[in-house]
Amino acid sequence: MSEMNELAAKLLSEGTVKVVIGYEQGPAGVRPAFITDPAKAETLIFDSRCVQNLAVYLNPRRSHVVTLGKVAVIVKGCDSKAVAGLIREYQVKREDIVIIGVRCGGVVRRADMTAELTADTVSDKCQDCDVREPKFCDHLVLPLPPAPPITTRRADKIAELTKMTPDERWAYWSEQLDRCIRCHACREVCPLCTCVQCIADKNRPQWIPTSATLQGDVMWQITRVLHLAGRCVDCQECERACPLDIPLGLLTRYVAQMVEKRFDYKASDDPSVVAPMGEYRTDDEEGFIL
Amino acid sequence: MSSKTPASGTGFEPKIIAFVCTWCTYTGADLAGTSRMQMPPNVRVVRLNCSSRVNPQFVMRAFERGADGVIISGCHPGDCHYSTGNYFTRRRIAIFSELLDFVGVDSRRLTMSWVSASQGGKWRDVVSKAIANVKELGPFHQFSQVEGGEQQ
Repeated sequence: MSEMNELAAKLLSEGTVKVVIGYEQGPAGVRPAFITDPAKAETLIFDSRCVQNLAVYLNPRRSHVVTLGKVAVIVKGCDSKAVAGLIREYQVKREDIVIIGVRCGGVVRRADMTAELTADTVSDKCQDCDVREPKFCDHLVLPLPPAPPITTRRADKIAELTKMTPDERWAYWSEQLDRCIRCHACREVCPLCTCVQCIADKNRPQWIPTSATLQGDVMWQITRVLHLAGRCVDCQECERACPLDIPLGLLTRYVAQMVEKRFDYKASDDPSVVAPMGEYRTDDEEGFIL
Repeated sequence: MSSKTPASGTGFEPKIIAFVCTWCTYTGADLAGTSRMQMPPNVRVVRLNCSSRVNPQFVMRAFERGADGVIISGCHPGDCHYSTGNYFTRRRIAIFSELLDFVGVDSRRLTMSWVSASQGGKWRDVVSKAIANVKELGPFHQFSQVEGGEQQ
């Protein structure tokens, strides 16, 4: 039993929390686990296959999780930013949750991969990680694993795209986005998509056509990515959840880079920081305005 | 994929949608009209309460329905009728424009400007500049001719 399992068992048996959300071994890779019985706490695991962002279960759209009672959630550094985001936007109360941070040495791209981290299997998000040891948490467990292997896959792709002409970029994106079947997995898995009624589900007026045509696909992804501008924590869950392997992480990452460049803001694990699209400076750069 | 027709010499007249705030730019455009300033007739004006009313969806929909370019214009910073609306517009459109560019819509198709109620001449210049830019880029079919696109 690691200190994580002991802590989970202690929180449950003392009655501090009613449920611990963590990871367990499933039949097809690591899956989220909802532990309510202290005796079952030993099934919790954490290694480089624990890719899922469990902050999504704190999202008020998933009220069935909250009905279990007070929640303790196991978060990696990137996930702790999502929890901070939910608190920042008044979707969750800080006192209603217990945050268990785990030190993380990077994760693989898919939960069904083996735990071995190589430049090929490591997730793109881990390259730009600055919180391998979560700061925003009540408990911090497990020793810090070695740093993840280096890959420049995502940075290379963004650099390649920005060098293209707009027409070449459109050729790339129309091909990628045309595969979209509008299953909205990217929305469902996003910890920060908190709208009670999503604009994609509204039909009066219908901004986003429901059939999976390229027109609607482009409208949907641009809308989604813009709604996440300055809020996205780069957990890359949208890209991982996409059944058609559309590189959605490139879009969110690019917007995050633009937000950082223009507004000097990086996704933060401090809930008191104001998100950039909700504020302004009178001296914001406006070279693009006539 | 759409084919691009060269704009020069083909008599291409772009269709441009302008989303303007009623307090400054709309009044400025009105002044340009009452002052009998000559300007190309390619711009259709949509009058909104504030430039911060411009949801990026509006721009996307304009492109889908066949616009070749879009202008967003409001009060100068500090002059907003609602005090701070245009500061938010500025941040929002900055990011939106970058994202459109990344997806493959040339950012010159989206013009943003500040035009006050007394700047009829500036409105004429903004319109001329936007039209010149779009004429250089040619017609925009990407959003309107995609498979299953809405007929309008």
